[in-house]
Amino acid sequence: MIWPVALAMGVVIAAGMYLAFSRELLRCLIGLAMLGSGINLLLFSAGRFGSSAPPIIRDMETVLSGSANALPQALVLTAIVISFALLCFSLVLAVRLLQSSGSDDVLQLRSAEPPATDPVKPALEDEP
Amino acid sequence: MMMAVAPILLPLATALLCALAQAAPRLQRSISLCGAVALLVCAIALLGQVLQRGIVTMAAGNWPLPFGIEIAADRLGSALVLVAAVMLVVVLVWQYSDADTAPASPFLHPLLHGLVAGAVAAFLAADLFNLYVWFEVALICSLGLLAQGGALRQLDAALKYFVLNLFGTLLLLTAVALLYATTGQLNFKALGAAVAGGGSPLLLPMVGMLILAFLIKAAAFPFYAWLPASYHTLPGPVLALFSALLSKIGICALIRTMTSIFYPAPELLFELLGWIALLSMLSGVLGAAYHWDMRRILAFHSISQVGYMLLAVALASRAGDAAAIFFALHHSLVKAGLILAAALIFRQAGHYDLRRIGGLYAARPGLAIAFLLLALSLVGIPPLSGFWGKYLIVTESILQGHYLWAGMALFVGALTFYSMIKIWLQAFWKPHPDPNWSPPATPRLFPAYAGLGALVLTALWIGLFPEQLLVFVTDAATTLHGGAP
Repeated sequence: MIWPVALAMGVVIAAGMYLAFSRELLRCLIGLAMLGSGINLLLFSAGRFGSSAPPIIRDMETVLSGSANALPQALVLTAIVISFALLCFSLVLAVRLLQSSGSDDVLQLRSAEPPATDPVKPALEDEP
Repeated sequence: MMMAVAPILLPLATALLCALAQAAPRLQRSISLCGAVALLVCAIALLGQVLQRGIVTMAAGNWPLPFGIEIAADRLGSALVLVAAVMLVVVLVWQYSDADTAPASPFLHPLLHGLVAGAVAAFLAADLFNLYVWFEVALICSLGLLAQGGALRQLDAALKYFVLNLFGTLLLLTAVALLYATTGQLNFKALGAAVAGGGSPLLLPMVGMLILAFLIKAAAFPFYAWLPASYHTLPGPVLALFSALLSKIGICALIRTMTSIFYPAPELLFELLGWIALLSMLSGVLGAAYHWDMRRILAFHSISQVGYMLLAVALASRAGDAAAIFFALHHSLVKAGLILAAALIFRQAGHYDLRRIGGLYAARPGLAIAFLLLALSLVGIPPLSGFWGKYLIVTESILQGHYLWAGMALFVGALTFYSMIKIWLQAFWKPHPDPNWSPPATPRLFPAYAGLGALVLTALWIGLFPEQLLVFVTDAATTLHGGAP
C-alpha cells in the first residue's frame, strides 16, 4: 500500500510544482492547491498503512493493539480544511485580479512594485 | 490552567463579537478596544504568573502529555504576548483619531483580532501541528487585511504575499509529517526527548526543512521577497501591527526549535544560519538605502533587523539567545513606533515618498523629536533601547571569536544610521517642495500622538533602565535551554 501512495504523492507534487511555477495566474494557484494535496497525502501516510480496525479498546482489554493510527487522520482532516479555505480565498483573489488588471500573466502584475524609470532611484508614485 | 489559554480565547471571542457588530461601526470600535484592553490585562497577569512559577501550561482535555495538545507559556512566549497586546491597544486607540486615512471597513476589527489570536497562540504553542494551525490563522487574517482595501496594488500585494507564504507553510507541513513519521511525536518536549535518544541521520534534512519554513516566515535572506512586495500597500496602523508581529512568529518558533527542541543542533545549521543572518542584514539595509518611500524603507529595515536576531541565535549560546529575545522585544516596539510616526508624517505632509514632502520640523517639532528618538534607537545609539540589543550581540560575537560577524553588525548599524537620517532630513529638515504647502489643521490627532508617545517612552525606559529586562531575557534563555532561572 505504501508504494502506490508514495508514487501518487510524487506525481501530484511534481505536477503541482510544475504548475505553481507557471506564469499564468490560475495555473499557479491550481498548482499550489495540488502541492497542498500531495503534502496532505504525505501527512496521511505518516501514520503508516496497516490495519484498518478502529482504534477502540474492547471490553476486558486494557491495551489497544492492531488498530489504525487515528492521529494522522485527525491531522490531515485539519490540513484539508485549511487548504480548502486558502484555495477558495486564492481563487476569489485571482478573479478580482483578472477583472481589475485585465491580464493573467503574473509578470504583468507590477502595480504594487512599479518598475523604476530612473537608473538610480525607484519609481515616483503619485498615489500615496 | 485557564491562564495560559485566556490570551488566545479573548481575541477570538472579540473577533466574533466584532464580526456580529458589523452594522454598527461605533459599537464595533468600542467592543474591539475593550477586547484589546482585556487582552492586555490578561497578558500582564500571565507574565506575572510566569515570573512567579516558571512555565504555565495547559493540556487540552487534561490528557497526559505527550498525548494532550499542550499550550505552554514560558518567559519568551508571554513577553511576546504582552508586546502583541500593547501593540493591539495602540493600533486600536489610533482608530479614535483622524490619523488613519484609509476608508473604514467593517472587516478591519475582526481581522485585527484574528491576526493577534493567531500570533499569540503561535507564541504559546508547544505542539508542532498546533503551531502550524496558528500560523495559518495568522496567514489568513493577514491576507484579509491586505486584500480588504480592494485596490489593484493591494490585491497584487496580497497575491505575492499569499504565494510566497504558502510555500513556507507547505514546507512546514511537510516537515511536521516527516518528523511525526520518524519520531511519532509532535509535542516539543517529547520531540526533544525522542531526538536526543538516537538521532537518526534522516533527522538533519527534516530539521533543516522546519528551519527553512520558519526562515521564510521570518523574512530572512533570500526568502524575504513577500515582505517588501506587500507591506507598503497597508494603511499605517495595520502595517505597524504587521511589522511588530509577523516576523516575530517565525523568529520565536526558530528560537524554540534551535534551543529547546533540537538541542544541540548540528554545528552546520548554526554556521549556515549565521551566513543567512549576515546576508539578511546587508541586503535589507541596502534595500532601505535605495528606497525613498518611508514604508518601503522601514519594511526593508525589518529584514535587516531580522538578520540581527538570526545572528544572535546563530551564536548558539545562552547569551546569544538572550540577545535575540531582547532584540525581538525591542524591535517590535521601536519598528511599530517608527511606522506610526511615518503614518503621522504622511497625514501632515501628504505623501509617503520623501521626494514629495519636507519642512515638517518647523510645523511639528514634537513629531520630529519622537521620530528621531525612535530612529536612533533602531540604529543603536546609547542610551536608547537598540543600543543594548546590539551591544549584547556584538560582545557575544567577539567573545566567540566571530570578528567578521561583529564587524558586519557594526557596519550595518552605520548604514541603518544613513537611511534613518535620510528620512529625518528629507521629511523634517528640507523645505517642502511645494512652496504653498501648509500642514492641514486636523481636528483630532491626540489619540494617535498618545499611542506614539507611549512607544517612545517605552524605548527610552528600556534604554535608560535595562537591568530588569536584561535579567528577564537571560532567565528566558535559561528556561529555553531547560534550566531553572
